[in-house]
Amino acid sequence: MGENQPGYREWTMSDSTRTDYLDLDTKDETFLDATELVLNMGPQHPSTHGVLRVILKLDGEKVLGTECVIGYLHRGVEKIGENRTYAMFNPYVDRMDYVASVSNGLGYCEAVEKLLNVEAPPRAQYIRVILTELCRIASHQVWLGTHALDIGALTPLFYCFRDREEILKIFEKYCGARLTTHAFRIGGCIYEAYDGFEQDCQKFCDAFLPKLDEYEELLTTNRIWVRRTKGVGILNPEDCIALGVTGPVLRAAGVKWDLRRAQPYEAYKDFDFEIPTGLNGDTYDRYLVRIEEMRQSVRIIRQAVEGLPQGPIMAKVPKVIKPPVGEIYHSIEAPKGELGYFIVSDGSTQPYRVRVRPPSFVNLQALDKMVRGLLVADVVAVIGTLDIVLGEVDR
Amino acid sequence: MSLKPLLRKLFLVDLIKGLKVTFNYQAPSEAITEQYPLERPVIFERFRGQPRLNSNPDTGESLCIVCNLCALACPEQLIVVKGERNPTTKRKEVVSWTYDLSRCMFCGLCAEACSTDALELTQDYEMALYTREGMVLDQAALERGQEPKRYEK
Repeated sequence: MGENQPGYREWTMSDSTRTDYLDLDTKDETFLDATELVLNMGPQHPSTHGVLRVILKLDGEKVLGTECVIGYLHRGVEKIGENRTYAMFNPYVDRMDYVASVSNGLGYCEAVEKLLNVEAPPRAQYIRVILTELCRIASHQVWLGTHALDIGALTPLFYCFRDREEILKIFEKYCGARLTTHAFRIGGCIYEAYDGFEQDCQKFCDAFLPKLDEYEELLTTNRIWVRRTKGVGILNPEDCIALGVTGPVLRAAGVKWDLRRAQPYEAYKDFDFEIPTGLNGDTYDRYLVRIEEMRQSVRIIRQAVEGLPQGPIMAKVPKVIKPPVGEIYHSIEAPKGELGYFIVSDGSTQPYRVRVRPPSFVNLQALDKMVRGLLVADVVAVIGTLDIVLGEVDR
Repeated sequence: MSLKPLLRKLFLVDLIKGLKVTFNYQAPSEAITEQYPLERPVIFERFRGQPRLNSNPDTGESLCIVCNLCALACPEQLIVVKGERNPTTKRKEVVSWTYDLSRCMFCGLCAEACSTDALELTQDYEMALYTREGMVLDQAALERGQEPKRYEK
């Protein structure tokens, strides 16, 4: 470690403002005498979905290379985890991917449960599945609305947020909060399903499918949408796997990889659903994959509501959670991809180390590969299609 | 290009399909915006809002037994409870109780930890104030709860 390592050099304050790693001195052969331009996109740019700064190296409108500067929303969630007990850290994980907070909570609770070697009772598992699938739909709705807004279609934003309201109402009725839900606890759920929970979910499913068709009518065949998305930001399966890209971005490239099927957690093995995949791995395919994923989520919710078993909702977990010495990595299929938690326990009430593998952070790596050779306007489309949440990228 | 796609393109079928969807939402009954200060939103029972300290409705004395469980459960350590044992009744009584609302993230762990249902997160949600000092609630403010606000220009 440290100075003896090859390639070691002292870190200086000016490193964070350097731009020479873009390799601006190398002559580009593609254009004759075009002067290159370095442009900062963000951190205060509406279509970077938060505080992402992308340094673009441009040749006219053509993108020659990009460099992402992240960390503007860094809150040190992983470090906070080292100073909190296992139960206390639970509300903090909701604040990483704040549009899919239920999934974040599920991943954390499951990781600690694995460490404790307990399993949530079947009823709790079903409730968890229903809520995480609702959350997946809500997250995809936010994605669709903002992505379409970036490209220039204003209407889907309003329709998506209008329909997302129904999901947030179910969350509020179930756990008392709309966004940072803190819905699950280690060992199960603390809240019993409220009166009319099943009916609310069924009602949402029935009302949502026609709405989804409306979104598709607005976009799928729309010539502007097709022109802006087809063939933009192509990522082939080999690159996806090499970069560690997961979630709908990977599936749109044609790789049938879904952790709900590949390593079933919770009650997912009980449900019948399909994994939609794309063919070309472009922005349009990613759009189709996510739309189809919403349909499959509705299918899962329907099956889970019908088969919701009776019984306890909390496993036997000690009041003071003290997992045995050891480490665990547990990952779930969050709306954006593989969300993993790596927790090291030293046998005390607080974790020794918490490390999160956020899907957005890993997927963001693919940006450079996807936008090279495209135009500046396509960078906006590609950032939108990656579905990043900066709270999760920076943690 | 074959004839059918060409005709579809010429007659703007894809755009008209989208316009049909938006046109169906023209009716005023489709407006879903809540006119907030005039129209109060529906708050559900489990909502986690402003905290309240409950007292016994018959005797009026606080339900808090100064067990300190809420302060221990709070991830932000924003609850400070100080108590003293009353020599005559042999019960612990509250000396000071503060709740720093400005740091609260409404996770509800304190209310879950409470052994006597003294601390509760209520359905009140209008917690904006002009000063930071006002966000630190003492026992009296917590027991009084939120007073109904009226917004006037």
